[in-house]
Amino acid sequence: MSSPRTLFDKIWEAHTVADGLIYIDLHLVHEVTSPQAFDGLRLEGRTVRRPDKTVATADHNVPTDGTPVARMIADELSRKQVETLERNCEEFGVPIFSLGSDRQGIVHVIGPELGLSQPGLTIVCGDSHTSTHGAFGALAFGIGTSEVEHVLATQCLVQKRPKTMRINYSGELGAGVAAKDLILATIGRLGTGGMAGHAVEYAGETIRGLTMENRMTICNMTIEGGGRAGMIAPDETTFEWIEGRPAAPGDFDAAVANWRELPSDEGAEFDTAVEVDAAAISPMVTWGTTPGQVVQVTDAVPEPHDEVQERALRYMALEPGTPMQDVRLDRVFIGSCTNSRIQDLREAASVVQGRRVAASVNAMVVPGSAQVKAAAEAEGLDEVFRAAGFDWRSAGCSMCLGMNPDILSEGERCASTSNRNFEGRQGKGGRTHLVSPKMAAVAAIEGRFVDIREWEGI
Amino acid sequence: MEPVEVIEGSVSVLDRADVDTDQIIPKQFLKRVERTGFGEFLFYDWIRDGEIELEPNPILVTGRNFGGGSSREHAPWALQDFGFDAIIAPSFADIFYSNCMKVGLLPVILGEEHVRGVAEAGAARIDLDDQTVDYAGGVVRFDIDEDTKHRLRHGLDDIGVTLRDVGAIDAFEAAGKADHGPSTGAL
Repeated sequence: MSSPRTLFDKIWEAHTVADGLIYIDLHLVHEVTSPQAFDGLRLEGRTVRRPDKTVATADHNVPTDGTPVARMIADELSRKQVETLERNCEEFGVPIFSLGSDRQGIVHVIGPELGLSQPGLTIVCGDSHTSTHGAFGALAFGIGTSEVEHVLATQCLVQKRPKTMRINYSGELGAGVAAKDLILATIGRLGTGGMAGHAVEYAGETIRGLTMENRMTICNMTIEGGGRAGMIAPDETTFEWIEGRPAAPGDFDAAVANWRELPSDEGAEFDTAVEVDAAAISPMVTWGTTPGQVVQVTDAVPEPHDEVQERALRYMALEPGTPMQDVRLDRVFIGSCTNSRIQDLREAASVVQGRRVAASVNAMVVPGSAQVKAAAEAEGLDEVFRAAGFDWRSAGCSMCLGMNPDILSEGERCASTSNRNFEGRQGKGGRTHLVSPKMAAVAAIEGRFVDIREWEGI
Repeated sequence: MEPVEVIEGSVSVLDRADVDTDQIIPKQFLKRVERTGFGEFLFYDWIRDGEIELEPNPILVTGRNFGGGSSREHAPWALQDFGFDAIIAPSFADIFYSNCMKVGLLPVILGEEHVRGVAEAGAARIDLDDQTVDYAGGVVRFDIDEDTKHRLRHGLDDIGVTLRDVGAIDAFEAAGKADHGPSTGAL
């Protein structure tokens, strides 16, 4: 009898082509990290080995103002990059959903949405948040441009086997506490390098009770803990999400039967094991310039313990001892591959309904994909946001990384549902606080952070 | 890729921990479609604001968890284009470490005390074959994966190496092991 194996072990072993070489089932491509890879192929006279396992979209630098096609993008360099992607995809036969397609969107939103992200697959993309797709029980991780070229040419990747970690969550999340809070609290505890070198499996009763959107939020931020990949074992919730989507398996029952074999076996061993009491987690807000610099919304800005923290406080212009709920905001951003799916927008809309964004705040909602946008509009969520004074945008990475016109100005303070509060991430001198969609929506209305559990509107 | 053997010379010191790739090369410079020309934008905001000064020496010495965040290979491209051939730090973020190896920018992990020692010494000699860093404080050994070391020492192209074994990929596909995933062409 073979020894018990983890979800990771099973996928890794099923994809080992040769020692240190693994096969890639799905390669997602976007405009920023691919042009040099396609150039490399051309220089060597190589082709894309499996265009049928590759798909591209434009997301990082597209404007979210409704610009309908690449050639109308105002910024010259962005236009060139998106047009280059379109040309490369045409030349190499790679399917693409570019600006203007009703399937365009953030690469980590459209993969799941199209049903491409499935249990048991190996999925890569030249983007660190590829860990998102691990929510489906896939092994998914970000790669660099040289590796993008390698996968295009060979459909394989040279990889050392990472270590495995299981983070087991027990208890139910409290009212008003989101998946975002769960992962922020986890990173706060383990540190931004705490998961380094590991493929992380999020497990336990708390995780089983979460929706796919919630699970994607958690796996998405694995990289902020330094993890190589984040994964969640597939279950009925996973199967229900995939069924009926465009790329769902033809023989769905047979696929599900295989997927049921994937969860980690009883007694499977992990290199590192962590236990977290999910019931004890509160709504979280980052105070510094890494996602690990995070406190409960009821806490105050902490005293710095080292130079790194002192520097973070200076950059964020915060005084130790200031209650987080006294921190006033200029901007609110609801969007990004972490929190821009339909459930995220529904949650944000639920607290916005019938209220107004504070006069001092400029707030925006950016759906993760054209499909999410259409679904939200069909439900009337756009009207809820607009009536409250939010700017309702078109799909893209938007202000998560400020590669497009959506950026913070110097000194502006923003409550953001994205994944990184690094210096300058959302614009030079911009100050980012990471929160859940509901917390961001309430912050927009109040003009400051509030404990959503105590908020009168709930 | 140029073969890597010995990297020797003065060190530049960036005494910070958790330096992410957004700092190494800010996003507004990721719109180029070429691999070259990123050096002048290295640590753009920090250098422009006068927070740090860096000389283009062969070796950069810096703090723990260097290169976290975005997977942008533009970060090692910028460091290399600026003039660095090697980076010494107590630890690196996973994707950044891997990206450096792909482009022949040697990341060397040393204990905190040796990292500080090299920074104070101001110069070092890194021998990839011996896996040693030689500086005023002594000679210290570092770890590196054997396959990666071989590839770096001979300046081998990863894709070329993999394609030598293309039969294994053909066999994997022929055995039906690649058939369980979706087809993007059918969308």
